[in-house]
Amino acid sequence: MSSQHVKRVDLIFEKIECRDVLKKIVDMEPDAICQELLESDLKGRGGAGFPTGLKWCFTASEKDPVKYIVCNADEGEPGTFKDREILDLVPGKVFCGMAIAGKAIGAKMGYVYLRGEYKFLIPKLNEELKKFHQTMDEFNQNFRIQIRLGSGAYICGEESALFESIEGKRGEPRNKPPYPTKSGLFGKPTVINNVETLVHSVMIMKYGASHFKELGTKDSRGSKVFSISGDTPKAGIYELELGMTVDEFVNDFGDGDTKAVQVGGASGFCVPRKKFEETIIGFEGVPTGGSMKLFNSTRSMYNVLHNYLDFFTEESCGQCTPCRVGCQQLLKGVEAVKRGEKNSKYLDELVKLAKTMKRASKCGLGQSVGNAFGSIVENFKEEIIY
Amino acid sequence: METIIENELVRELANKHGRTRESLIPILQDLVVHNRFLSRQDMVDVARELDISAADVFGTATFYSFLDTEVRGKYVIRICKTISCAMKGKNDILSTIEEILKVKMGETTPDRKFSLLEANCIGWCHKAPAMLINDTPYTELTPRKVTEILREYIKK
Repeated sequence: MSSQHVKRVDLIFEKIECRDVLKKIVDMEPDAICQELLESDLKGRGGAGFPTGLKWCFTASEKDPVKYIVCNADEGEPGTFKDREILDLVPGKVFCGMAIAGKAIGAKMGYVYLRGEYKFLIPKLNEELKKFHQTMDEFNQNFRIQIRLGSGAYICGEESALFESIEGKRGEPRNKPPYPTKSGLFGKPTVINNVETLVHSVMIMKYGASHFKELGTKDSRGSKVFSISGDTPKAGIYELELGMTVDEFVNDFGDGDTKAVQVGGASGFCVPRKKFEETIIGFEGVPTGGSMKLFNSTRSMYNVLHNYLDFFTEESCGQCTPCRVGCQQLLKGVEAVKRGEKNSKYLDELVKLAKTMKRASKCGLGQSVGNAFGSIVENFKEEIIY
Repeated sequence: METIIENELVRELANKHGRTRESLIPILQDLVVHNRFLSRQDMVDVARELDISAADVFGTATFYSFLDTEVRGKYVIRICKTISCAMKGKNDILSTIEEILKVKMGETTPDRKFSLLEANCIGWCHKAPAMLINDTPYTELTPRKVTEILREYIKK
């Protein structure tokens, strides 16, 4: 059964003439660009959802003459592959978005931090970058972009770890504050945006904030590119209007036997069947960077949880104890329960540990492990124990 | 007096990328492409070239899973082990490769042609199971498909 509620949108992949948008931007005042973004209510599409216009305004107001734009293309969240597709199909729009952000804050230099797993995209990106720089020269715009390649570390998707990596160091997160808008790459005011966010900014400048706001809900404006995988006959990339419920989503993308949907990847939340109708996909419900993974009744949620914990245990940067030790203890803990070495009440202790990790970890990795852990243990306790 | 033997490749890469701290990772990445891994000597030479400590170079290199500090084969096969690939039969693909190459996960063939490693999510979840051979992704793998792919690499 196909739902009437899940609306397809074609903004991100729409083929447009980036030159026209850039030409329009050249003559605009930086403040007007920031205001348009603010007006649009665009929230970052990497998962955290910070208002993009605010981020740009804060950075624009910094007095430092050197500022940077960074495109976060270190897409490592299990279940997410939308940025690869965007970079593959419309790379010019990503660069265009960086130029718009550069003009808005007064930056002359931008970096794309591309994950090492996407190295095969480099020739295509370099070709497109050459054309982009020619256009910049043509419009007398002194803005340049460099591409930096990651080397297989999930944590480098965290903004401050990403800066450390570009600076040639171990990708370990920094203490916050100061936030990147004040002290980011090389200690300078920096705007760091996800690939998709930058493309949205292009479309907002092209069609106007009001056009963008016609889509979505009050808390979740616009559309979003979803990476859909798992037990679904329609695995792939879809741009959908925000504001749908998990139930509507499952009606459209499920295989008729969906028992759970992991929204937001390994660091996101697991929504069980009984909560499909009440759960909205968006900032008023479960936020997501785009990963939607469907599980049907043939899947063991213990195996799912174990896979996620194994992932986090390997990818924790090891810098802070709550995350480094916490991930290992959660993994060992569920294994002990499964083997019958610990009784089911031990799971409650592990949930407490996950909550401690949320409060005490230094960055988003350790803070979000508890999302998947808590939601899977709470809703699928029997599958974890037996 | 100890004679310092110049490491031509390291010098060439430092000339290409620069000698500031931010050049470190691009230099290490290129060294891995050339030599298939980072030797202790290469890391010491990079440290000297950039005027930073060898411990710093080693500490940075070992942080990143693609900056190999162990000898790797000409073709590094990285099988995605994250949930989508695990759900879609990653184990069958792995055992097929182990059978063909006669190596276990984490090992390199004696002729140093292939290394078999695991990777955490390579971004092809909708076309699982997937793997990378060096930088090239291969998706929607089946035991038969992976056998054909490996045959082509064995011929190379």
